[in-house]
Amino acid sequence: MARPMQVSRYWRHFREKYRLIGGKCENGHVHFPKRSVCPVCGSRNVEEIELSGRGKVISWTIVRNPPSGFEYYKPFPLALVELEEGPIVLAQLTDVDPEEIDFGMEVEVVTKKIREFEEDGIILYGYKFRPVLK
Amino acid sequence: MRKAVIIGAGMTPVGEHWKLGLRDLAVEALLNAMDDAGIDRVDSLYVGNMVSGPFVEQENLGALIADWAGLGNIPAVKIEAACASGGAAVQEGVKAVLSGLEDVVAVVGVEKMTDAWPSDATRYLAYAADAEWELFHGASFVALNALVMRYYMKAYGYTEEDLALFAVNAHANGAKNPYAMFKRPIKVETVLKSPYVADPLKLFDASPVCDGAASVIITTPEKAKELGVPKEKWVEVAGMGRAIDTISLASREDLLTLKAAKVAAERAYKMAGVEPKDIDFFEVHDAFTVMAALSLEALGAAKKGEGAKLAKEGQIAIDADYPIQTMGGLKARGHPVGATGVYQTVEAVLQLRGEAPSQVPDAEVGVTQNIGGTGSNITVNVFRRV
Repeated sequence: MARPMQVSRYWRHFREKYRLIGGKCENGHVHFPKRSVCPVCGSRNVEEIELSGRGKVISWTIVRNPPSGFEYYKPFPLALVELEEGPIVLAQLTDVDPEEIDFGMEVEVVTKKIREFEEDGIILYGYKFRPVLK
Repeated sequence: MRKAVIIGAGMTPVGEHWKLGLRDLAVEALLNAMDDAGIDRVDSLYVGNMVSGPFVEQENLGALIADWAGLGNIPAVKIEAACASGGAAVQEGVKAVLSGLEDVVAVVGVEKMTDAWPSDATRYLAYAADAEWELFHGASFVALNALVMRYYMKAYGYTEEDLALFAVNAHANGAKNPYAMFKRPIKVETVLKSPYVADPLKLFDASPVCDGAASVIITTPEKAKELGVPKEKWVEVAGMGRAIDTISLASREDLLTLKAAKVAAERAYKMAGVEPKDIDFFEVHDAFTVMAALSLEALGAAKKGEGAKLAKEGQIAIDADYPIQTMGGLKARGHPVGATGVYQTVEAVLQLRGEAPSQVPDAEVGVTQNIGGTGSNITVNVFRRV
């Protein structure tokens, strides 16, 4: 899996995955990740928007039998987070006791390691969400 | 307009076929279907399959299977629509017959999943999700369905116990099906005591990783007569519909509506001239118990939010108003992903011929619904007794 040519595959999304760059169409529909056509109204006039990274958990699970490549991290919480700008994002939760996760829990984005390949491979980083620090 | 009828159906038992490869399974099912129709050649072959490349390093399944089944230099291709590949392949076969370009078409659905290591199998199945925005984060298919399950339970106040009833029903019917992987009835406690795979989804809420192949032969009534196939064997493909939805779950307009199934069902019902109340049985895609509930709602058998209520009220059993999973469904018969839609078709044919091991009395119209992805690619087919 860890071949040099895979670097470009992950690198091309670093703006979305490090900075949560999404899209906002001329009619104000916000989506993530950015698309060339607005999924709500079909407008092709879409500009970039940086999302705040604050949102709330609308559903979650604990992944106990992950796809290969993620065995080291199991079990881990995975959630659907509704961002304050509207779009829903799928991501792992971090720095949280699984027992404390609940509907509507307020979370914020944080950049974390997603996974490693073999020792000669790349390390993937991206967004996860943690409970808002009080 | 031409009409399409199924004149032959065949399958292999679903299970862990350590001694058989993908081609063995596909050829066995295909020859069974041809023998059932009493024919020895077809005009073309459509193969429903999802992920043969990663699972067994084999693509070009059209050539492989037509070659090994001795079908000669016919056109043959693989049709892929994730777990709905089988349903889609049946539709492509029917389209070829209805168009008039081909008269006798074979469809085979096949998947060989047990040659892979389990965590790799989990990865390959997740290829039907969005690789960059779902699999990237470690989402398995089970995990995505678990997110829907928790949301569904919260929205309508259902419990894990309520959804377990779908698994219990599937096993009750599968117990009588000689081709099913699990021929054992289970209780609600069996489901509740099984380990969590992705909370709140448990092992017994999910269909198994397995191998299998199923096949049907499609032609016109005129050609069926010419070939001398007795009319008792004919089953009409009365309606079909297919639609997509967003590939990633997070982009879904409403997590609790299988919009693609709704759109596909509307098309299929319109083509067949039926309404949900006319349908005698539903073979829905219960890869996960929550999907059976959402499917019943999308197909119009239950109102939104009341799919699981049908199970609670005992309305999904063979002798009730909305029988589902008459031969075990994906849960008990097994779910060799790209083959499932064709298994559903074969089972609908057996029901409508009156040959099913758990027969729905006087069945005249049956519906199959086959889901690819977490609801992203769905086929609905309507079959009618001739």
